Amino acid sequence: MPMKLHEYQAKQVFADAGIPTPASQLASDADGVLAAAEEIGYPVAVKAQVQVGGRGKAGGIKLVENEDEAREAADSILGMDLKGYHVDRVLVEEAVDFTNELYVGITMDRGEGKPVAMVSTRGGVNIEEVAEEDPDAIAREHVDPSFGMHPYQARKAVYDAGVDRAVARDVSTVLMTLYDLWESRDGSDAEINPLMVTADDDVIAADAVMNIDEDALFRQPELAEMEDEAAAGDELEQKADEYNFDYVRLEGNTGIIGNGAGLVMTTLDLVDHYGGRPANFLDVGGGAKADRIANALDMVFSDDNVDSVVFNIFGGITRGDEVAKGINEALEQFDEIPKPVVVRLAGTNWEEGMEILNEDLVTVEQTLEDAVQRAVAYAEEVNEQ
Amino acid sequence: MSVLVDDDTRVVVQGITGGEGNFHAEQMIEYGTNVVAGAVPGKGGQESAGVPVYDTVHEAVEEEDADTSVIFVPPAFAGDAIFEALDSDLELAVAITEGIPTQDMARVNKRLSETDTRLIGPNCPGLITPGEAKLGILPGNIFSDGNVGLVSRSGTLTYQVVDNLTNRGIGQTTAIGIGGDPIIGTDFVDALELFENDDETEAIVMCGEIGGEDEEEAAAFIDDHVDTPVAGFIAGRTAPPGKRMGHAGAIVSGSGTGTAESKINALNDAGVPVGDTPEEVADHIEEFLA
Repeated sequence: MPMKLHEYQAKQVFADAGIPTPASQLASDADGVLAAAEEIGYPVAVKAQVQVGGRGKAGGIKLVENEDEAREAADSILGMDLKGYHVDRVLVEEAVDFTNELYVGITMDRGEGKPVAMVSTRGGVNIEEVAEEDPDAIAREHVDPSFGMHPYQARKAVYDAGVDRAVARDVSTVLMTLYDLWESRDGSDAEINPLMVTADDDVIAADAVMNIDEDALFRQPELAEMEDEAAAGDELEQKADEYNFDYVRLEGNTGIIGNGAGLVMTTLDLVDHYGGRPANFLDVGGGAKADRIANALDMVFSDDNVDSVVFNIFGGITRGDEVAKGINEALEQFDEIPKPVVVRLAGTNWEEGMEILNEDLVTVEQTLEDAVQRAVAYAEEVNEQ
Repeated sequence: MSVLVDDDTRVVVQGITGGEGNFHAEQMIEYGTNVVAGAVPGKGGQESAGVPVYDTVHEAVEEEDADTSVIFVPPAFAGDAIFEALDSDLELAVAITEGIPTQDMARVNKRLSETDTRLIGPNCPGLITPGEAKLGILPGNIFSDGNVGLVSRSGTLTYQVVDNLTNRGIGQTTAIGIGGDPIIGTDFVDALELFENDDETEAIVMCGEIGGEDEEEAAAFIDDHVDTPVAGFIAGRTAPPGKRMGHAGAIVSGSGTGTAESKINALNDAGVPVGDTPEEVADHIEEFLA
């Protein structure tokens, strides 16, 4: 997944690069909110710092005119649960009087294999919805990734989008800067929505999105340091991060462990196909050794929703004997196996694995289809009890 | 017959002195692949996996007539390694490395359009022509020689489907893992075209997954240009939007593009049956060959 910066972090990055942003301060309690608002001057916006879209509609952004309203906003937003995310910080920000809201963004067009710059005069709303309803409302300009964006391309996108001539030059400058940031910081997406236009024809970034390519964090040490702060989400997903697993939690009760993204997805799909409900996606990756296999079982066992587990390994560089050792290790520490485990081993060293595997602790199946059906049946039995 | 590789292919392994590179170079040689050299900067003059190592790919081409590269270089340096392969007049470069920064791949992609070298991958298991040559990390023993061409975005899913085929005595001409990244070299359309033009390939398996629109483009291409029967499989029907399922490219976008449903419908509309299980894919192939 790309690493997502918080709004306040992204705004700092944008401001440091010279993109105009409103005056703002971060606060984590009501007193902090009041002090910040006092310094900035009313009216201010109080904005929840969580990684979800649609914060405004969900009650996570409030515009306040005075101290009473600011305290009220702080009380209601700080500590709230916003689409599953706990809000513990808000950005207190100068309210901008605007006449117009624009959209500017840079992303990777995977179909073309090239970055694309986008500009629209329909800012302030969900741009994906605009793209769907009225694709012509967004001007697009593909960029040669080896060269970078030519200034004329920024101007072209801005004029094509129909941006008011009075601010066209400033918006082009913002777009150029945004592209340079996207490129130099290994962005996957960089976006300003809305880019506000004031009555004085100034432009100012009222929101900021900056997502970083996780695979490039090794060369973005400053941004990598922000990651812990930005990290959020499910406890199990955090644990998966520690173990360095590709893990996605779902809502079902059949736990799934396998190797290789495509095969694990297929195992999930088969659980569904045979009438079960997948509890998770867990890819141990290639060449997993015994301890990693044991960690994977620990992960899935710690999900209370899980009633049974299917372990499906098709070894290429992963060896069946290592997998079997890991399963034994993980299960032998229990007096009673917490949840029934179905194992299917194929590929490299599967015979050796079958010899090692303690069959008192697990159910063995020969094919993927049989293994999934057995695990689904176990999960059903547990549910009926 | 086969596509892209056979026993005449002369392979240079970039990163041959690393753990992965060395292990898999040996495995490739054991399978019968004609590995002629390694290329590792600073290690020229040494020997690894029984073949001479050169400092540059260019030297390996000059000295050993290498025409194909397999790349096991760590992600931070892999983009550069692919550029080196593309600039060395090779016919084929196969990048196994997972985790290359996307912007590096965008730059590679740009260069690809300017050279004649074909790229497979990155983030792929490689490709194999059973009984002749394997380039990459696929377990050779599960493949067998036959008439089915296979192209897939996923390694282990390929093994699974091959296993289902092999159990019925159905072998492969060539199996190609094109990789799970958002930006890759050879895509489904390229691979389908190769198989369509191969006399020995009598049926094709295409294993796709959620994310992007390559499968939809492949469906349109099949409709217009492919007479060889194709059976499909799409992984990720149960994947929730906005979550990356292991592969960097396997993600249904928030706005709902890249879904399994869209890909399955596109393939069905092009007359391609899509199996609900790998076993059903093998059923379709068996019918095609009957």
